[in-house]
Amino acid sequence: MIGAGIVGASCAHALALAGLSVRVVDAGLPAATSAGMGHLVSLDGSAAELALCSDSLARWRALAPSLPASGAYHRCGTLWLAENEDDLATADDKRAALAMAGIGSELITPTRLAALEPLLRPGLSGALRVESDAILYAPRVADWLLECVGITLERAQVTALEDQQVRLADGRRLGARVIVLAAGLQAGALLEGLPIEAKKGHLLVTDRYPGRVSHQLVELGYGASAHAGQGTSVAFNLQARPTGQLLIGSTRQFDTLDPRVEPALLARMLERARGYLPALGAINAIRAWTGFRAATPDGLPIIGRHPEREGLWLALGHEGLGVTTAPSTAALIRAGVLGEHPPLDPSPYRFERFRASAPADGQR
Amino acid sequence: MIRLTLDGEALVLPEGTSVAAALAASGDDHARSDLAGRPRAPFCGMGICQECRVCIDGRRRLACQTLIREGMEVERTR
Ligand SMILES: Cc1cc2nc3c(=O)[nH]c(=O)nc-3n(C[C@H](O)[C@H](O)[C@H](O)COP(=O)(O)OP(=O)(O)OC[C@H]3O[C@@H](n4cnc5c(N)ncnc54)[C@H](O)[C@@H]3O)c2cc1C
Ligand code: FES
Repeated sequence: MIGAGIVGASCAHALALAGLSVRVVDAGLPAATSAGMGHLVSLDGSAAELALCSDSLARWRALAPSLPASGAYHRCGTLWLAENEDDLATADDKRAALAMAGIGSELITPTRLAALEPLLRPGLSGALRVESDAILYAPRVADWLLECVGITLERAQVTALEDQQVRLADGRRLGARVIVLAAGLQAGALLEGLPIEAKKGHLLVTDRYPGRVSHQLVELGYGASAHAGQGTSVAFNLQARPTGQLLIGSTRQFDTLDPRVEPALLARMLERARGYLPALGAINAIRAWTGFRAATPDGLPIIGRHPEREGLWLALGHEGLGVTTAPSTAALIRAGVLGEHPPLDPSPYRFERFRASAPADGQR
Repeated sequence: MIRLTLDGEALVLPEGTSVAAALAASGDDHARSDLAGRPRAPFCGMGICQECRVCIDGRRRLACQTLIREGMEVERTR
């Protein structure tokens, strides 16, 4: 397993539980898992995205009782906030789409919304409440998943992928029947031709203000922003941490690998947040940071066997949803590696989908 | 001299004193408690570490970045 982020850790855990002996190699590079928000959310950008979310959320629920308290799993639910009638129509479409995937949700009136979240500004048109969504603290959960019989974890950098072996920075070679590349954004350095691109995101966390917000709050425009193909966008997304801290997001930017916080963009993000939650203006932020999502052209991750390289499996490109979708990713990898019946249709996530669309490209 | 209160107790200190210095002058420099209830005190003194968060006149502020003012009410945060 190359990579010990939430995706690599989940895959390693699933394979170890299946009786395989798993060696996890991680270089300790900046990881999306330690930068992200850990919102376990049902997104419905496409049927395949929703299928992955719905299957994963059920797996997180099943795992929840075993997770350590520090994993901070909490089923807080999501409130998708509607600012106007158009948003309400979007909310209803979303309700119908989730229902098709067996996920219950309900439209909330403005009065009820104000009672559920009194700090929201008056005048919102309502919300869609998805009760089964949750949050967790992904870096801790990843570490916990790796504390499993059958897994050995090694801090080392892979510098080359060879046939059924990897070369490490210190010159050693490790061989394995199966190699899973779960190296997130940095996977591109090991394998040419991966269609993944960085999408930078800002987050900010406040001091502790317990009991002020109870759901994950997201603007309905978030989906549109999350799936935008280009340009910089800002959308309101707020999570109440179990500590009482408020974690506020987020931005989406292309064409940059500079990890610095950009004050102008951070200000835009906070202005947007304050538009929903005016009380934020009077509270104290303690830290802001950025992270990079590994995005594919169609917004779906790449999960499955590499079409040409013997013994190589891919589990990467999870963009802004990899914490949510790690368990199903792991289940698909497990089924593939062991030749079992897959838990859901694996075809939308196969690497081959990017090959088929470019038949005239002689270089492939 | 400037008069302020710290957790309700009166302090009189020279103008130009930071709230962090006022905490130290009170004989107990702790500013707040962490999640496990352990005391935390100002550390960097320059607005970076965020360890010195206190409540000043009802708002959460950094003790090391705030100068005392007449009548100021400072409370340690929990
Ligand atoms: C700002 C932001 C907010 C987000 N919010 C959410 C959210 O609310 N909900 C959600 O579900 N998802 C969210 N995400 C997305 C989620 O965090 C990622 O999809 C997920 O963490 C990806 O995990 P990963 O294991 O694939 O990659 P990573 O966490 O990036 O891990 C990759 C690992 O591979 C290792 N590695 C790389 N190259 C090598 C090498 N050559 N040799 C050895 N090791 C190597 C690295 O050291 C790293 O540990 C967010 C992301 C960001 C940036
Ligand atoms: S002492 Fe570090 S921020 Fe005040």
